[in-house]
Amino acid sequence: MSDNAKIIVDKFSAFYNQAEVLRQIELSIYSKERLAIIGPANSGKSTFLRSLNRLNDLHFHFSHSGKIIFDEKDIYDNTVDVPSLRRRIGMVYAVPAPLPCSIYDNVAYGPKVSGIKSRSKLDELVEFGLKKAVLWDEVKDRLKEPAMNLSGGQQQRMCLARVLALQPEVLLLDEPCSGLDPISTAKIEDAMLELKSSYAVVLVTNNTKQAARASDRTAFFLMGQLIELSRTDELFTNPADERTEAYITGQFG
Amino acid sequence: MKITPAASQRFVVAFLWLITSITLLVLLFIIGYILVHGLGHINWSFLTESSRRMGREGGIFPMIVGTILVTGLAVIIAAPVGVLTTIYLTEYTREGKLTSIIRFGTDCLAAIPSIIFGLFGFVFFVVVLRMGFSIISGALTLAIMVLPTIIRTSEEAIRAVPKSYREVSYGLGSTRWQMVTKVVLKSALPGIGTGIVLSIGRCISETAAVMLTAGSALRMPDSPFASVRTLSLHFYILSREGISMENAYATASVLIITILVINVIAYLLMRRLAAKVR
Repeated sequence: MSDNAKIIVDKFSAFYNQAEVLRQIELSIYSKERLAIIGPANSGKSTFLRSLNRLNDLHFHFSHSGKIIFDEKDIYDNTVDVPSLRRRIGMVYAVPAPLPCSIYDNVAYGPKVSGIKSRSKLDELVEFGLKKAVLWDEVKDRLKEPAMNLSGGQQQRMCLARVLALQPEVLLLDEPCSGLDPISTAKIEDAMLELKSSYAVVLVTNNTKQAARASDRTAFFLMGQLIELSRTDELFTNPADERTEAYITGQFG
Repeated sequence: MKITPAASQRFVVAFLWLITSITLLVLLFIIGYILVHGLGHINWSFLTESSRRMGREGGIFPMIVGTILVTGLAVIIAAPVGVLTTIYLTEYTREGKLTSIIRFGTDCLAAIPSIIFGLFGFVFFVVVLRMGFSIISGALTLAIMVLPTIIRTSEEAIRAVPKSYREVSYGLGSTRWQMVTKVVLKSALPGIGTGIVLSIGRCISETAAVMLTAGSALRMPDSPFASVRTLSLHFYILSREGISMENAYATASVLIITILVINVIAYLLMRRLAAKVR
């Protein structure tokens, strides 16, 4: 693991309507690692993930304190260009949400809004994204078909491809397999393993087994607090905190 | 005596069927009556000639032109204003006092009788702004009149766009305006279109507001400031003043057929659009 962190979260707290949903989170995310975030419902893991690319800004009642340093700059600084931040820190949602257009247009959406007009460049990025998301072979002959025609697992990989076409530096995955069958899940996990060679991957999951097999480090969140963060094999075999142990052994949550 | 559930079910079905048939029959009777009396008088020269002797003879070509100009201009003005207002209300402000006041205002506007709009148009456009009885006064008045319809139907269509589309669009690095134009408007287009077609229908069938603002001149308009008579108003004047019932029915038939054709075309267009965005 390299010493230069990709993202440094510094005493970050988040609030909805004054209620504190994240409390003084401190952690670093390194490039070329897969960081899993686990925790029961309402532990703030999704809020944390969505804070990393400022998607919480869409909530009118959201506020925060502390810093999230990306590229030597606080991402909540007023001078940050939020659309380009979101292109560099991409997000895949729990429920596959294809836009109502063709597979091609879905994957080309991000590059298009970033201002790329050249057809050949777009073709190239669409192919790049779909290949990285292990979907290219299944859809290369029907890129013009509506994305809604794909199966659930294919839709989710298309959503991944859509983000990868932007060539982000950090990839945020918010329970990306919660609605998928085991085979699709395995395909997504394979894709993640390959992606780790070029990106920092942050995975929020309700499935502790998935965290155990598909991550390098694991963070345990509870009630908006970071309880424990260590190497995945360590956390699952020898947790330092008894609450972590209770959670991973299924005693609550 | 007790009525069994099966019997009450049969009774209700029969009753609902009866009520529905009455509604349909009344509608068919009205349309049929007008077409029977009017279709016989429609021919090529009726559609392409000017009227003579106050509409007793000749055709309705200037009224067709007048209707198209007043309605077309009204919708061209009202549609962008209405859709942009809706975008502001739904995408650019949070729900609060201001949006509820604007929404309440549009609801009130929608409930005002059209002759009040006519009176306003007469006082404001015709007299104060010195536009006279003209196409432009009529169009501006009708535009204000249909604005609430366009705003409310567009709002429903835009609110029906799933929230996830917006999140995805933002997540992929689009600005708010890119999100609105590339995702929200695209999926809401069929609904917005329906609202616009509804307002075209309202503009075509309006009489009171048009009479007070566009006037009722029989001649061909030669500028936006010329007075025109729309088809509905022509029908009203022909029948109200007993000038020619034959031509009145013929005009009404043209009106009915036009509105039917517009509705069918719009319906087909919307269906194609809706299939496209799915």
